[in-house]
Amino acid sequence: MAVTDTDATERVEPEPLAAQDPSLSPVVDHGAVTTHSPVPKVVAHRAPETPADHVEREAARGVKLAKISRTGDRIFRSLATTSGLLIVLLVLFVGIFLLALALPSLQADQDSFLTSRNWTVSGNELRFGIAGLFWTTVLSAVLAMAMAVPVAVGVALCMTQYLHKRVSGPVSFVVDLLAAVPSIIFGLWGLTVLGPFLAPAAAWLISKLGWIPFFERNVDPKGSVFVASVVLAIMILPIVIAISRDVFAQTPRDHIEAALALGATRWEVIRTAVLPHGRSGVISASMLGLGRALGETIAVMIILTTPSAGSPFSPSIFAGGETFASKIANNAAEFDSPSKTGAYIAAGLVLFVVTFAVNAIARIIAERGVES
Amino acid sequence: MAKQNYARRPMNRLVSSRAGKFAALAALATFSLTACGSDPTSASEPAGAEPGSSANASGLACPAGKISAEGSSAQANAITEVIADYNAECGDKATIEYNPTGSGAGIKSFYNGLVDFAGSDSALKTEMKDGVIEADKAKERCQNNPAWNLPMVVGPIAFAYNIDGVDKLVLNAEVLSEIFNGTIKTWNDPKIAKLNSGAKLPSANITVFFRSDESGTTENTTKFLSKAGNGAWKDEPAKAWTGTGEGKNKSSGVAEATAGTKNSITYIEWSYAKDNNLPTAQLDSGNGPVELSGDAVAKAVSEAKVKGSGNDLSLDLKYSGTKAGAYPALLVTYEIVCSKGLAADKTAIVKDFLTYFSSADAQGKLPDLGYAPLPSGLQSKVKAAVAAIQ
Amino acid sequence: MSASTADTPLAFRRPSGVRTIKNSLATIFVTVATLITIIPLAWVLTTVIIKGYRLLLSSTWWLESQRGITPRREGGGAYHAIVGTVEMALICAAIAVPLGVLGAIFLIEYGRGTKIARGVSFMVDILSGIPSIVAALFIYALFITIFGLGRSAIAVSCALVLLMLPVVLRSTEEMLKLVPDSLREASYALGVSKWKTIVKVVVPTAFGGIVTGVMLGLARVMGETAPLLILVSYAVGINFSPTTDTMGALPTMINAGRDQPPQMPGYERVWAAALTLIMIVMLLNVLARLIARFTTLKEK
Repeated sequence: MAVTDTDATERVEPEPLAAQDPSLSPVVDHGAVTTHSPVPKVVAHRAPETPADHVEREAARGVKLAKISRTGDRIFRSLATTSGLLIVLLVLFVGIFLLALALPSLQADQDSFLTSRNWTVSGNELRFGIAGLFWTTVLSAVLAMAMAVPVAVGVALCMTQYLHKRVSGPVSFVVDLLAAVPSIIFGLWGLTVLGPFLAPAAAWLISKLGWIPFFERNVDPKGSVFVASVVLAIMILPIVIAISRDVFAQTPRDHIEAALALGATRWEVIRTAVLPHGRSGVISASMLGLGRALGETIAVMIILTTPSAGSPFSPSIFAGGETFASKIANNAAEFDSPSKTGAYIAAGLVLFVVTFAVNAIARIIAERGVES
Repeated sequence: MAKQNYARRPMNRLVSSRAGKFAALAALATFSLTACGSDPTSASEPAGAEPGSSANASGLACPAGKISAEGSSAQANAITEVIADYNAECGDKATIEYNPTGSGAGIKSFYNGLVDFAGSDSALKTEMKDGVIEADKAKERCQNNPAWNLPMVVGPIAFAYNIDGVDKLVLNAEVLSEIFNGTIKTWNDPKIAKLNSGAKLPSANITVFFRSDESGTTENTTKFLSKAGNGAWKDEPAKAWTGTGEGKNKSSGVAEATAGTKNSITYIEWSYAKDNNLPTAQLDSGNGPVELSGDAVAKAVSEAKVKGSGNDLSLDLKYSGTKAGAYPALLVTYEIVCSKGLAADKTAIVKDFLTYFSSADAQGKLPDLGYAPLPSGLQSKVKAAVAAIQ
Repeated sequence: MSASTADTPLAFRRPSGVRTIKNSLATIFVTVATLITIIPLAWVLTTVIIKGYRLLLSSTWWLESQRGITPRREGGGAYHAIVGTVEMALICAAIAVPLGVLGAIFLIEYGRGTKIARGVSFMVDILSGIPSIVAALFIYALFITIFGLGRSAIAVSCALVLLMLPVVLRSTEEMLKLVPDSLREASYALGVSKWKTIVKVVVPTAFGGIVTGVMLGLARVMGETAPLLILVSYAVGINFSPTTDTMGALPTMINAGRDQPPQMPGYERVWAAALTLIMIVMLLNVLARLIARFTTLKEK
């Protein structure tokens, strides 16, 4: 971060201390300076050395410096590490516990768990599979993300780069208001207000594109995946906006000023200084939004129309369906037996796997971005 | 590069004390919340009783304390009104909480000891289902005394429809079964037309709406269809719908969907059909079409046989072959109580409340809410059973 | 293409046409995005306000519970629900915030690049996808089925912790990541120990963002319905005790009334309760932002 006064095209002599002792400060690859970006990119990041470490290291070299007490450090470090480990244990515990509840039902399942669309979970013969649930959950979440993330990034940019500080305060407040609305109200509003409003648009889409299976008419459009996705998108907007806004606001001023000094338009400043810097933050925010969209229970339960037991599979966004969460919630009152409960929990666990997979991919993308 | 604003440093102490002040204020505000606030005072004074008296004109003991119950949502409208009336009669001495979480959840919470009695649309099962015999587990909860099923609320099941230009529709159990399982697909099907000579039925497709959440209403409707439908309904009665159609969440979801979709039909508790102004079909059980009314339902209930022994009053409802003028599509909600074994203070309240619930007074108010009163013979049996609770 | 040709030596050239167009497009997109966000918000809020404001104007709403009131009768208020919501949220925050912030500190300050940190990050990723109902089922199976405890507000708060933790941790992590190392180095150069640097320099710098994360998490858990239904049910009377019995809360109050048709008094109470919840969350939000504004260390 401390090399912004270098000329973009010249190599700079590394400071002697940094050359002798690479453990100090972030390593800056000056070679990167010659690429298209006017700003050198950080390649590897080692934590800066604390005074106590420095004392120890110098002591090892035979230089005596005044001793700096480490007790505070030790206590705090153990506190932080304990929290981290506690979280790991918590999640492991939750996962294993739920798995233990789900396994007997999974073993008793006569159908293939991953590809069957049946759901007979009471009685002696268990036949259940999550294919239908999986499709609806993923479809609604992906649609919601596709609608929400670009808009959210746009709003965050607007608040930090375009609007005057005085105006962005109220806009921030307004976005936080959106986060404050309870999910059950989104469900009620989506069903009674938004559904009828979107019905003409849905009808138009069906009339124009209905020949594509993805858009064919299935159930009453008020209860379709389309409406549920729009409501989910509205629900995840505040999360993505709020975190992206904070991330963009922290873009170092000198990067922005450097870009401006080189004659960049506002969009180019964003493209070269703000977005790359905020990439990991935006991805993190999107993953949180996705988690919310996948796990949203009550709003989806109220809006989505459940298809009847034997109906054929429809990939249409205008079909009804059940997500993992809404199916569990619809039937949670009637979990009379361990096998029934286990089947539903097995469905819930699939969500864990899906979330992990998406997050892992996102993390790889984010990390690769930092390294390039 | 970035220079720390050194002027801020001496401010820090002031700043953190400011933050501390804010935090203290916020905490104070939150804690003061707990000081104010109270329960609403009774809206109506009990007739002929002074507030504070321990017994009142209708012979209720009015003990103090708190009980909680859970279960069927079909009886929710009825029981909440009865609780409010009971509190008005008794000067608010007892607290009774009822949560309409569903019959299955209610029974489960009851035998797990979380609630003091349960409301269920079907009596405790005595056969093994899904690894559990409900009656046995309830017995365990009641310290090895049997749990009794006391019928308390009779809820008619209405078949609400929305067809343009049709305000009188006659159906029977067999035709209903075929509509609900998808065999009959359009409104102008000859089987429907046969029952409705003179009505102009459109050729549109029938849209069926069902309850997507597991519900006792679904179970009782499918019981009715399978017993009275002449074999047309082939599936086992269950809380989850096995027929055709589009599922909506809760009675309000189903009612709204039917009201908003042309050429649709659904099964729903009568109180919800009435509240949402939905026309209901007349049932022909072999003796001519019968309009849904409290009297018609009471006639059908009076033909029910008690299949439980002693004070356990679980009923065998008669769904077909009922006498003329009876409407047999109904459900009966039982209050499932411990005959003995519940803590004394709670038993006192349960007993007193159920005495009021089974009285002619309370039962007489039910038709206004869309329910039917217990026939007098059954009422006295229930009263006797309540009196026998220890 | 250069636009103007001036004959002074330091001619200012406008950016090429393509770049200007791209810039304008970006501005349009960003404006449209903001409008798209504001419209549904205004719509939802207007619906809630119009349907629910009337009841909030009387003091009965804020001071009385719903005991003795049925959906068909007017009267009563939301006091029991307000107290319940705030209580459950505070207990949840008391557990989730320290855990989340300390966890994020571990990830960024102590464990950056280590395998343990990757493990923790991985676990938090998994946790962020848990549906609220599954979290509730887990707590139900643990507390109620295995430990045999009854329903309680603490059980709900524990389930809500599972939902709030990832939000707090991730946003804190992102904010801590953005604190420039130069700040840390400057602090070390002055001989300040590591823990003091974290507590007095790094965290205060990131404080605004941490507050955002906490507020987002709180807003979410205060609006959750499913875990409450399973773990603490709904009580119409007042109950302050977090360890015993059912308790009322605003989302469950909404759920209890939503099955009624619009002409019933209970229906209006649903929207009034929703408006109350939004107001409480915003109040907490504003309070938190004020605290953050006065305590965040800023660079000039």
